[in-house]
Formats: sequence, structure tokens, C-alpha cells
Amino acid sequence: MNILEVEHLKVWEAGSGKSIVHESSFDVRAGRCLAIVGESGSGKSVTCRSIVRLNKSSLRQSGAIRFKGEDLNALPFKALRNKRGRQICMILQNGMSAFDPSCAVGVHLRETLKRHYGWGRGEIEARMISAMESVRLKNPLDVMNSYPYQLSGGMLQRVMIALALALEPDLVIADEPTTALDTLSQFEVVEQLIGLRERLGGSMIFVSHDLGVVRRIADDVLVMKNGEIVERGGVSSVFEQARHPYTQYLISTRSELGAGFKTLMKGGVSDAQR
Amino acid sequence: MKRLLNLGRDKLAVLSLIVIGSVLTAGIFAPFVAPHDPQQVNMGLRYAGMSSAYWLGNDHLGRCILSRLIYGIRPSVLWVLVALLASVGVGALLGLAAGYFREKIDAVIMRICDVFLSFPGYVMTLAVVGILGPGLENILIAFIATKWAWFARVIRTSVMQYAEKDYIKFARASGIGHVRIIRTHIVPAAFADIAVVSSSSVCSMILQISGLSFLGLGIQAPNPEWGMMLNEAREVMFSKPQLMLAPGIAIVAVVSAFNFLSDALQVALDPKLGASAESRRNKEGKQARYEYIGS
Amino acid sequence: MLSVRNVEKSYGRGGLFSERKQSVLKGVSFECASGECLGIIGESGSGKSTLGRLILGLEKPDGGEVLFGGEPVGSPKRTAGSLSAVFQDYGSSINPFFTVEEAIAEPMAGGGFGGGKKRREDIDRLLLQVGLNASYRSKYPHELSGGEAQRVCIARAVSTRPRCILLDEAVSSLDVSVQIQVLRLLKELKSSLNMSYIFITHDIQAAAYLCDRIIIFREGRIEETMAVEHLKDVQSAYARKLLDALITF
Repeated sequence: MNILEVEHLKVWEAGSGKSIVHESSFDVRAGRCLAIVGESGSGKSVTCRSIVRLNKSSLRQSGAIRFKGEDLNALPFKALRNKRGRQICMILQNGMSAFDPSCAVGVHLRETLKRHYGWGRGEIEARMISAMESVRLKNPLDVMNSYPYQLSGGMLQRVMIALALALEPDLVIADEPTTALDTLSQFEVVEQLIGLRERLGGSMIFVSHDLGVVRRIADDVLVMKNGEIVERGGVSSVFEQARHPYTQYLISTRSELGAGFKTLMKGGVSDAQR
Repeated sequence: MKRLLNLGRDKLAVLSLIVIGSVLTAGIFAPFVAPHDPQQVNMGLRYAGMSSAYWLGNDHLGRCILSRLIYGIRPSVLWVLVALLASVGVGALLGLAAGYFREKIDAVIMRICDVFLSFPGYVMTLAVVGILGPGLENILIAFIATKWAWFARVIRTSVMQYAEKDYIKFARASGIGHVRIIRTHIVPAAFADIAVVSSSSVCSMILQISGLSFLGLGIQAPNPEWGMMLNEAREVMFSKPQLMLAPGIAIVAVVSAFNFLSDALQVALDPKLGASAESRRNKEGKQARYEYIGS
Repeated sequence: MLSVRNVEKSYGRGGLFSERKQSVLKGVSFECASGECLGIIGESGSGKSTLGRLILGLEKPDGGEVLFGGEPVGSPKRTAGSLSAVFQDYGSSINPFFTVEEAIAEPMAGGGFGGGKKRREDIDRLLLQVGLNASYRSKYPHELSGGEAQRVCIARAVSTRPRCILLDEAVSSLDVSVQIQVLRLLKELKSSLNMSYIFITHDIQAAAYLCDRIIIFREGRIEETMAVEHLKDVQSAYARKLLDALITF
């Protein structure tokens, strides 16, 4: 069963008519994780933002985006707002710009949960604390009382994942969630995203330019280049037998980057290549 | 220079330039441009309407309104511009120093600014005029004294966001001197902000000079000034409203021309925005995304 | 050639009269030999960027000294341009009002690099050297992709024929596929121009690709230093944890 079916999605600039995504069609199956990979400017972020119509106002989009059979693109804005968060949750690249800088993180979280579920203060707190504990954030109460600038990028990313856990959405869209992070926090966040999938059993769209992370987390993969899907399939089949030259290029550059490290590590830390 | 030519593509900017240019020339060459002596009283022509000899009619003393309007450019626009340039100059110098060097210099300059800003502008102006006596020069001195601190504050903030950029770091690392960095990197970047704040204060300064003239502290009676002309027409506001039109429209036209010009300058100077209004609007598209997550 | 000796740095927190200080660098010492590529690896907040600013002479250390060729950095005696830099954020590394040509020419204006026609030829040559062509000369930064902008920054950095370049997260904000191209370019340039690099990064894979020696940096201190061949034999628990956490392909 497909939870999301995107057909003939087109995104273009309203002013110049420049096409950014042309005629993309893809499905996300229930319980699976679809990764969208490509270089910057390939349209991967625009594609996933157009699913919940979050692109900036100068972009226009057409096509059918069926979420559980309902066309999101035709939905009135208000109805869509109710779906965002509750059923489709986004995890963004930059934690700093994802939270309101003028209020404590907890206030933002409480508002969101209250809006979608109408829970009381105590219930929200209890649920957030358990969600934060499960993404291994220490002292959830302290975290909720701090302002975004007081938390590191990795922590904010984990707060977003915790919020996704509490909201229990059917689909999580993660837009380059690990790109801006250090090695250690990247590792943590990837672990937590995998954990999130296990706990919710929902589907996920994962956008990244790092094939290493994609291989860890995704089941299926779409390769995008200049707004077009050039290759798709299961992660192992695409990565092992890439047909399109662009995919092969992405894979060869990624393995070249890691090659030096791998040779150095041979016989070293045994689990570095898990 | 090349970028200033971009301005030519913006019709509104060209129009504003023409308006400002012709107003300034008319003001400088007032004795040659004005058809009559602005102070010549002719009670026979009291409140006369438009005629071929007096294009805009005559005021309550039968003086030529057009001539008074043209002579009025000198205090209302020319001297205001001089005062503006002086206060922007002082403000920019201190603002650049504070924003670029930070730390101690910044702290000292900003505390002085705080002192100046803690008095309401009008009160300061009135105090200065009270000490030095009424008259145009003293008002201009008062303007410079009260406005520079505000400019220094705004320019400092604008400079601070550029001073942290990597290209400044690189320039400093490659041994380029501070003065050169400020000249080639900071001033062009901060210029747009400077242009916007100064153009918006042109407007308030023109209105303030008019206000002070109205209180009898500015230009002395027979000399023409736009604000004073408005004030003189006020007495017959309901019976002869047309007398307010000429100075009123002149003020509105000059003020809007300065506003449009500063807007257009900002666009023309920014290579990223090109000259098209479309890409300018896109700049506003960079909105915060936090309102979206989960709601 | 470059030696950092017992450098300390702390920043005041709070207002003008506040005495509260936060120590960012705590007694850091290392050397970088001529022609060597030294990697400095640390997480964000470890003080590695502060260290970079001190090496470039943009800030003065509170204690200790940074010597470049025997002279303190930031002193007027140091030949301008002998130490250069490439930064992380390609978006703000080039003045948006400058064309590529103006940007590359900027550090050359320091003196001794000719002018006019010779300057133009030099710029064309530099652009070719970093894999771009002469048509890029009149472009503005916003017309460049991330990789191209970073190449221009590298051209600008090598334009004064420096003996050492500080690379502060120079590839971290690029796509993986572009990262490797820039790293390749850096490797080539290093052997052809005989420079040394100080490569500050959080990415061990990129450091392993480029560097000869690696310093692992943590909370303002050097945790461990090792030749890159001995990377697998790291001793400290923190370094081991870093290696374990790396997601390879």
C-alpha cells in the first residue's frame, strides 16, 4: 500500500517561468523510508517541501500529491495546516531557524501539541519528557526551558525528532537533518531517526546528499539531477548496480572520499565500518 | 559607476532624479529662475488667483507664490541637505568605527550616543535654539547635534553584520589595512542602509524646519520658507484652501522623490537583486520557517 | 615554519564591566613544518575556529604566541600574503559587490605582483589552475555554485604565492561529490606550489584524505596528535569514539 503518491509534480518560478522540478512521479510505501539524493540545486528539497506546500511564495506547483488517497495539492490551506504536524511532520536541516528564537523551546512544543491534540499542560509535559528521554536528551525539563540559541544543532535536531515522536505522524519528512552536524551528533541523530522509524512504524522521506547516511537509514532511493528523477529503486540495488552515469558519479565520489579513511582503518577499530 | 547606470532602467528612479535635480537647480539659481521678488508686497493683488504674470497666484500680502516657493527651496531643501550630510557624515564616521573595531571603541561611542538619544529630539533642538537664538544656522546646528547619534547607531548596526563576514576576515588575514577594508568592503555594503535612513530623515527634517519656522524660531518672517508658507495659508485654510496646495505639494513631491530614489538606489547597488522588481520581491521570500514545523 | 606556543584565549561574557570569562583555548602548542598538511579535528564549540583566527592574526592570544617564520603573526614585519586562508561559508567568502576578478586581485594589491596586463594574465592563469576558465572573470559571486565559489576562494588564496594556507572547514558546506573535487584540487596545488596546509575540520574522512598529521582537538585542548598512518591506533577514548561514530559508505 502506498501512503503517498506523487504524480506529475511540477514546480516552477512564477516570475521567470523557470522550471525547478519537472514532471516527477514517485510513491512512498507504508512503513518504508524513501531517500531522495542529489547535489544541491537538484530540486530534492523543493520536491519534499512541495508535498506540504511549504515552498516560498514565488514558486508555483502543479500535479497530484495523494496522501492516503487525498490530494494535498487540492486541499484548502486550512485543512492542510491540520495535516502538517499531526500526520506529516517535517524535520529541518537548520534547528536554529526551525524554532521560534523568541521563546523557550518548550513553549513552541506545547503550542504545537495543544493545537493538534488539545492535551492539557500536564499530559503534554509527560509525553514530551518521555519522547525526549527516548531520543536520549538528558534533563528534558531543562531543554524545554532553554531558548534555541542555548542548544547545539544536534540537540535541536533531536528535539525535533522528539516532537515527531510525540505527534505520531504517518509520514516524517526529514530535509537534510544531518548535513549541518558534527560527526558525533550526526551519528546520534541518525541513530535516533532509525529509532523513530522503529517506534512509529511509519513512513519517512529522507533528503540528503550524503550517500553514507542514506545507506544506513533508507529502503528505497530516488536520485535527482536538475529537477529530474534519473534513477530509482531499492537502496542496495541502486548503490551496487547503478545504471545512470550520474548515480555512478555520486557513488564514485563518495567512495573516493571514504577510501583513504577505510584503507587507514584496515585492521584498526573493528566496528568503524558497521 | 556601472551599477549606477542600472538606475537608468528604473523609470521611477529617473523621474525622482529629475524632480530632485530640477528642484536643486531651481533653488541654487533662484534669482534667475524666479519671475518676481519673493518679498515684494503688493496689496492690490491680495489673494489673487492664477494669472499669466503670477502663475501660482498671490498670497495674503500679494506676494508671488511661485517666487516664494522657488526661494523657499534654499532653506527647505538645500540647507536641510547640508545639515543631513553633516550629521550623516559624523554619524557614519563614528558608526563605522564602532561597528568595525568593536570592543572598547564601540562601548565608548555607543554610551555617548545613548546620552544624546536620551533627550527627545524636539526638546534638544529647542534647547539649542534657546541658547543660540533663533535663526536658520542655529537650527541646522541643532539638527546636526541631535541627529548624528541616531545615524551612528543605525550605521553601526548595519556595519556590524558585514564586519563578521568571511571576506572581511580574508582581507584582514591577507594584510590589507583597516582603512582600505572599510573603504572597499564596508562602505559599499552599508551604503544602502545609509541611503535609506538618510532619505527618510530628509522628510522628517523638512517637516521639522517647517514646524520650527511655524513657532517663529526658524526662518524670520519676510523670508520665504515652505513650512512658513503653509502656516500663513493656515489662517485662510477654509476660505482659500488653494494657498496650501503649492507648498504642500512641493513638500510631498520632494519627500517622495527622495524616498523612491533611496529605494531604487538600494536595488541598483545590489548585484544580486539586479534591476528587476521581481527578484527584489523574492528577497522577501526568505522568511523564518519556525512557524511551520509541526503546525 | 608555523609554531603555536602555549596559546591561551578566553572571551569575556556579559557586559563591559563584567569580569566573567570563558576560557576557549587552554595552553595549545604545536608546530607545522614547511610542506606539511596538518589536520585539526574537533567538534563545534571545541575552539578550533578561535585557533584559526589566532593563527591568522585576526585576534591576539591572551597568553603564549603564534609565530610564523619566526615572527609573531599580525606583526607588520610578516610579509603580507605569505599566510592565506579559505573559509567555510562560500556564500560570504567573496564580497557580493566584487566580480571574481576583483576578488582574486584584492590580496595581490598588497604589492610586488605587477599590474595591468600582467595582473589579468595572472588571474587567467590562477583560474585555470583551480579548474575554471577565463570567462568566470566577470561573474559575480551569486552566479557561482558552491564548488565554483570555493575554487575562486582557493585561487584568491594562492594568488599571493603563500607558504601556508589555513583551510577553516573549507569543504564542509559543499555537497559530498563536490567536496572530493575540491579536496583533489587542494592536493594537486599542494604538490605543485609546495605549500603547507592547516586543515581545520570536523570531518575525519576529509582530513584523512588530505592530511599528513592529525591533531584531535577537544574543549580547547589537544587531545591527541598522530601521523595519519597511525589513525587506527588512536589512544584516547574520545578519539576512538569519534572514529566509531563515523558513518562510512
